Amino acid sequence: MIVLENIRKIYGSGTEQVEALKSITLNVKKGEIYGVVGFSGAGKSSLIRCVNLLEKPASGKVLINGVDIQALKPSELRQQRKKIGMIFQQFNLLSSKTVFGNVAMPLMLDRRPGEEIKKKVHELLTFVGLEDKAGHYPEQLSGGQKQRVGIARALATNPSILLCDEATSALDPETTSSVLALLKKIRADYGITILMITHEMNVIRDICDRVAVLDDGRIVEEESVLNLFSNPKTDIAKNFVRTVLNDEIPVSIQSLINEQNQFHRIYRIVFKGEATSQPLLSTIAKKFRVDVNVLHGTITELQGVPFGNLVVDFTGTAEEVERAIFYIHQQQVWIKEVLPNAV
Amino acid sequence: MPFDWTAFWPQLAEAAKQTTSMVSFSLLFSALLGIPIGVILVVTRDGHILANRFVFTVLNSIINILRSIPFIILLVAIIPFTRLVVGTSIGTAAAIVPLVAYAAPYIGRLIENSLLEVDKGVIEAAQAMGATPWQIIWRFLIPEALSSLVLALTIATIGLIGASAMAGAVGGGGLGDLAITYGYQQFKTEIMLVTVALLVLFVQVLQTFGNILSKKIRRR
Ligand SMILES: Nc1ncnc2c1ncn2[C@@H]1O[C@H](COP(=O)(O)OP(=O)(O)OP(=O)(O)O)[C@@H](O)[C@H]1O
Ligand SMILES: [Mg+2]
Repeated sequence: MIVLENIRKIYGSGTEQVEALKSITLNVKKGEIYGVVGFSGAGKSSLIRCVNLLEKPASGKVLINGVDIQALKPSELRQQRKKIGMIFQQFNLLSSKTVFGNVAMPLMLDRRPGEEIKKKVHELLTFVGLEDKAGHYPEQLSGGQKQRVGIARALATNPSILLCDEATSALDPETTSSVLALLKKIRADYGITILMITHEMNVIRDICDRVAVLDDGRIVEEESVLNLFSNPKTDIAKNFVRTVLNDEIPVSIQSLINEQNQFHRIYRIVFKGEATSQPLLSTIAKKFRVDVNVLHGTITELQGVPFGNLVVDFTGTAEEVERAIFYIHQQQVWIKEVLPNAV
Repeated sequence: MPFDWTAFWPQLAEAAKQTTSMVSFSLLFSALLGIPIGVILVVTRDGHILANRFVFTVLNSIINILRSIPFIILLVAIIPFTRLVVGTSIGTAAAIVPLVAYAAPYIGRLIENSLLEVDKGVIEAAQAMGATPWQIIWRFLIPEALSSLVLALTIATIGLIGASAMAGAVGGGGLGDLAITYGYQQFKTEIMLVTVALLVLFVQVLQTFGNILSKKIRRR
C-alpha cells in the first residue's frame, strides 16, 4: 500500500544542512493503521510529507499501491494525491468558506456536478456527525469539530489512504478519543489504510496496529503495538511506553522489595490477550499454598485486547512459590522476579 | 475684492469629477497590473507553488526601482511615454499614465503582503488535495486573503487621490489643480480650504467604505 524505501530528506545546504530523515524504510499494509511515534524534531512531519511528496526526498523510493510517485508527471501526481487524503494538526480549513464549502472543495476542484457535490457533502457530514453545521464557518467550531470537517474533506474524493499529521495533538483528551473513534470507524467502514504520526503514545495505544519509533531521523524499533507495549527494546521505546503504562514501582513498594526473603518474593507479571481472561491469580491462590498480593499495576486495552502489567507479592515456602511460578509460565504469561534495586 | 462663489461651485464640481475619473481609471489599470504582480511575487518565491528564483528576483527588483522614484520625478520622466500612449502629455487622460506607473508597483506590494498572510497550512492542504497552481491561486489564496486585499486596495486608492492632486497640478485638472492655481497661486485661501475639505471627505468616505466591506467579507 505505502512503501518507503531508503528515504533520505535533507533541509538546507552547506553548513546549515539538516538531515531530517536518514534512510527510512517502511511498509504499511492495506487496511492497516500504522503509527509513527517520535519526539519533537525526530522527523515525523518530514516523513509523512514525503508520502504525498509535499516534501521531495533527497533519495529513496515512495511507492503508493506499487506506483513510484516520484516518476509521475505533475498532473499525474495531482491525480494520485486525490487518492491520498490528509488531515493536519492545525486543521488547515479555509476560514472564508463554510463547513459545506470546505468539504465540497476537493469535489469542486474535480469539477463534479453540483447535485453530486451536494449529496456527497451531506453524506460525509452525516458520517462525521456534523450534518447540522453545514452553514457554519470554521471559526464557529470547536477544535474537535474542525478536525471532523478536515476528516470529511479528506474523505471527499474516496481516497484509499489517509495521512494524519498529529491529527489530535491540538485536542483535549476527550475530543481526542472521539476523533480516534471516528478514524477507527473510517477504517472499518471504508477499509482505508491510515498512516499517522504523533508524539502521543496513547494515540498509538488506542488505534494503531503497528508502530514505528522514530528517533533522530531513523526508525529504531518497529513492532505490532501489542509487542511494543509488552516488550519495548530500545530506551526511547521504553520511555514512550512508560508515558501511558506506568510500570515504575512506587517508592512505597520499594521497601517491600528490599525486604523480600525466601518466603516473601515479588514478581512482575505481564499478561497479554486471553491470558487476562483467566482468573490466574485466584487459581494460584487455590492450587498452591501461597498468598498472592497485588502491590501495583495497570490493566489497559491494546487494539481491543486486554493487557496487564502487575507487580505481585507471593508469600509461601520456596517450593510452593516455585511451583506457582512454573504454573504461570505454562499459561503463556510473562513473569520475572523483581530484584532489590533492580528496577 | 469679494469672491464670486456662484461661479466657483460649478468649477469645483467639474474638478471633483476629474479627480474621480482620474482616480478610478488609474485604480482600474493599476489594479489590473498590480494584482498579478502581487500574486507572482508570492507564488514564485522559494518554497512556494511556482517557485522561480529568476522571475522573482527580476520582478522584485523592478518593483523596488519603480517604488523608489519620487512621484514628482516619475511624473516628468514618463512624459515621452505618455505622449506615445495617449498622444498628449496634458489633460486628465494623460495624468492616468504616471498614476498607473506609480500605483501598480505599490498595489503589487500591498497585494503581496496580503497574500503572504494566508496560512501556509491552507496552501499545503490545497496541494495535498491535488489542486493545480491556478486553482490554488483562485480558490485558496485569493478568497482567503480577500478581506485584507480590500483593505490594501482602499489604501492604494487613497494614495492615488493624493497623487492625482499632484498630477493634476501639472496639467491634469482635478481638485489638486484647483487648489493650487486658485488657492495657492492667487492667495484665495477659502478655495484652498474648501478643496482640501472635499479631499478629506473623499478619503474619509473611501476608508469607511473599505473598512465596512472588508469586515463584511471577513464575517461571511
Ligand atoms: N523546512 C525546513 N527547513 C529546515 N529544516 C527543517 C525544515 N523542516 C524541518 N526541519 C528540520 O528537520 C528536522 C525534523 O523536523 P520535523 O518537522 O520532521 O520533525 P517532527 O518530528 O515533525 O517534530 P515536531 O513534533 O516538533 O513537529 C528538525 O531538525 C527540523 O528542524
Ligand atoms: Mg511535526
